[in-house]
Amino acid sequence: MKKVIITLTLSIVVVILLWAQPKKPLATQQKKSTTTQTKKSTAVQAKAPAGAQASIERGRQTYSQVCAACHQKDGGGVPRLNPPLIKTEYVLGDKTRLIGIILKGLNQPIEIDDEEYTNPMPPQSHLTDQQIADVLTFVRNNFGNKASAVTTAEVKAVRAKT
Amino acid sequence: MTKIFKKLFAVALVTAPFFSEAADSLIKEATFIRPDAANAGLKLPAGFGALMYAENLGQARHIVVNKNGDVYIKLARLKNGKGIIKLRDKNADGRSDDTSGFADYGGTGIAIKNNYLYASSNTDVYRYKLNANNEVENEAKPEHIIGGLISRGQHNTKSITLDNSGNIYVNIGAFSNSCQEQDRQNGSKGKDPCPILDSAGGVWQFKADKLDQTYKDGVRYATGTRNVVGLDWNTEINELFVMQQGRDQLFQMWPQFYNQKQGAELPAEEMFLVKKGMNFGWPYCFYDHFQNKKILAPEYGGDGKKIGRCAEMQNPVVAFPGHMAPNGLLFYTGNMYPEKYKNGAFIAFHGSWNRSPEPQEGFYVAFVPMKEGKPAGKWEIFANGFSGVEKVENSRDVKYRPCGLAQGPDGSLYVTDDNKGNIWRIIYNSKK
Ligand code: HEC
Repeated sequence: MKKVIITLTLSIVVVILLWAQPKKPLATQQKKSTTTQTKKSTAVQAKAPAGAQASIERGRQTYSQVCAACHQKDGGGVPRLNPPLIKTEYVLGDKTRLIGIILKGLNQPIEIDDEEYTNPMPPQSHLTDQQIADVLTFVRNNFGNKASAVTTAEVKAVRAKT
Repeated sequence: MTKIFKKLFAVALVTAPFFSEAADSLIKEATFIRPDAANAGLKLPAGFGALMYAENLGQARHIVVNKNGDVYIKLARLKNGKGIIKLRDKNADGRSDDTSGFADYGGTGIAIKNNYLYASSNTDVYRYKLNANNEVENEAKPEHIIGGLISRGQHNTKSITLDNSGNIYVNIGAFSNSCQEQDRQNGSKGKDPCPILDSAGGVWQFKADKLDQTYKDGVRYATGTRNVVGLDWNTEINELFVMQQGRDQLFQMWPQFYNQKQGAELPAEEMFLVKKGMNFGWPYCFYDHFQNKKILAPEYGGDGKKIGRCAEMQNPVVAFPGHMAPNGLLFYTGNMYPEKYKNGAFIAFHGSWNRSPEPQEGFYVAFVPMKEGKPAGKWEIFANGFSGVEKVENSRDVKYRPCGLAQGPDGSLYVTDDNKGNIWRIIYNSKK
C-alpha cells in the first residue's frame, strides 16, 4: 500500500512539475506518543490495636535497621528478588509460621501474586524475642496490613521448638 | 479544479510504472523515522531521539535485531504461553506493528549468529534455524545446544554471546552473595575454597553448533565472576567483555568495617575484558573504586584495606558505582551514531536496591567511549528517565528498568525494560 501511495504521489509530483506548477509534498506526519503516568500507591497506615502502639514504635526501629535493606522502606520489596510484606499470606497468616521465617530464614521458591523471588532470607535469630515480637507487630500493622500483635511469649514458644 | 486533479490522477496512474523504481529507493531514503513527543520519556544527548517501539510485552530481558529488522525478545516468564516475542515493523514507521511469539520457556539470553537464533532458559540453551526469508524455520522444535546448567534461585539467568570462531559463552552466576557459610548472614565466614566456583560464578564456553552439551563438554573460560548478566563479544579486538554485578550488603554483614554509606557505594560494578583462564576474584575479592584496587572481602579476612591474594586477581577495565546492576552490554558498531560512539560500550543499568538510606541508583543506559577495547574517556549517562521519578527511595516506585540492548541494521539502539516490557528505540538524526 505504502509503495502504491508513494509511487502515485511521485508521479503526480513529477507531472505537476512538468506543468510548471510546483507544489510541496505533504509534510510527514509526526506520531504522537502517550507516556503513562505512574500511579503512586501510598502505604496506608492502619490503626493499631491499643496496647501494641509502643511495640510498633520499637518495631519500626528494628525494621529500618534490619529488614528495610531487603524489603525496602515501604515494605514493597524488590521485583523478583525480595518479596513485598504488603498483605501477603505470610505476614497476615499463621503467626507460628511467620515467627519461624524470622528465626530460620527462608530459602525456597515462594510465589506472591504470581511472582517468584530468587534471593534467600537469612535467619534473624540473633534478634531477641522482644525485637522479633515488636518488628512483626509493626509489619502486621503497617504497609496497609492489619492483624493481631505478636507477643514475646509467642516468639519464645516458637524458638523453643526450633 | 477537481477536473485538473482528475486529469492529474489519470496521468499519474498511466505514468506510475515508470516511477515505481524511484519510489522503492525513496521508501528506503525518505521513511527516516521520527522520535515520539518528548522522546517517549527519555533524556538523551543532543541530536538523539527516542520512540516507543513496543509496549507491555511482559518481563522483557535480552533482545536481538535480525538483519532484516525483525526484533526478538526473551521474556523471563511466559506471557500467554510464549517465552520469545517476535516483533516486526511492517509499515516502516519505526515501530512494531506485528507481534507474535513462540518458545515454552522463560529466560534471559538471546542472540543471532550465522543464521541461527540462540535463546536460553535458566538451565538450557537452544537454537533455531533462520531460513533464507529470515524466518524461524521451526518455532516448536529448536536444537538443544546446552543443558543441565545450575539454577538455584539467586543469579540463575543465563546470558549468552557468541564469538566469530564457533563458540558460545554462557554466564553461570553464583547462587550466593559472597559464598558465606550462611548466605547473607551477618558475620558469617566465607567458604574457602568456595565450592560454588566449580559449577558457577564464571563464564563457560561451549560449541555453538554441538547438540546436548553439558558441563563436561564446556570449558570454564573464566572464573570469579559473581554474575555477569551483560556480556558481549567485542568485534574490534575480538575479545569477550562482561559486566559484573558486585556483591551486596557490606554494611549489613560487616558493620565493624563498613558504615552505611560505604555499604551503599561499595563495591564497584566492574567491566571486565575476559581472556581464557582469567580469575576476577569473586568471592574472595572485590574492587574498591575509591582506593582503585581489588581488596580482600571481609568474609575472607579483609578489613577494608588488606589485599592479600587479591593482588593476583584481574582488575576491571572500567569501574562503576556500586549496586547499579548492569544487565545489558553492547559494543556499538553501527553507522547511525556520531563517530564518538563507534566501538564504544553501552550498558543498561537495571538499578539498585541496596543503597539505602541513600537513594537508589542506576535505571539508565550509560556509555563508555572506547578504542581498541580500552576506555577512551569517562563513562557518561546516555539515556535517562526510565525510573520516572526524581529520586528512587523504594524499588517499587520505579516505572521502567533497562535490561537488554540491541543494535538494529540501521544503527539504532533498542533498549528493553523488564518491569512492564516496553521497548525504546533510540535514533540519531543529524538532519533534525
Ligand atoms: C537479606 C535480605 C532480607 C532481610 C534482611 C530480611 N528479609 Fe525477609 N525475605 C527476604 C527474601 C529474599 C524472602 C523470600 C525468600 C524465599 O523466597 O525463599 C523473604 C521473605 C520474608 C517473608 C515471607 C514472604 C512475604 O513477603 O510475606 C516475611 C514475612 C519476611 N521476609 C519478613 C522479614 C522481616 C520482618 C525482616 C526483618 C526482621 C526480614 N524479612 C529481613 C529477604 C530478606
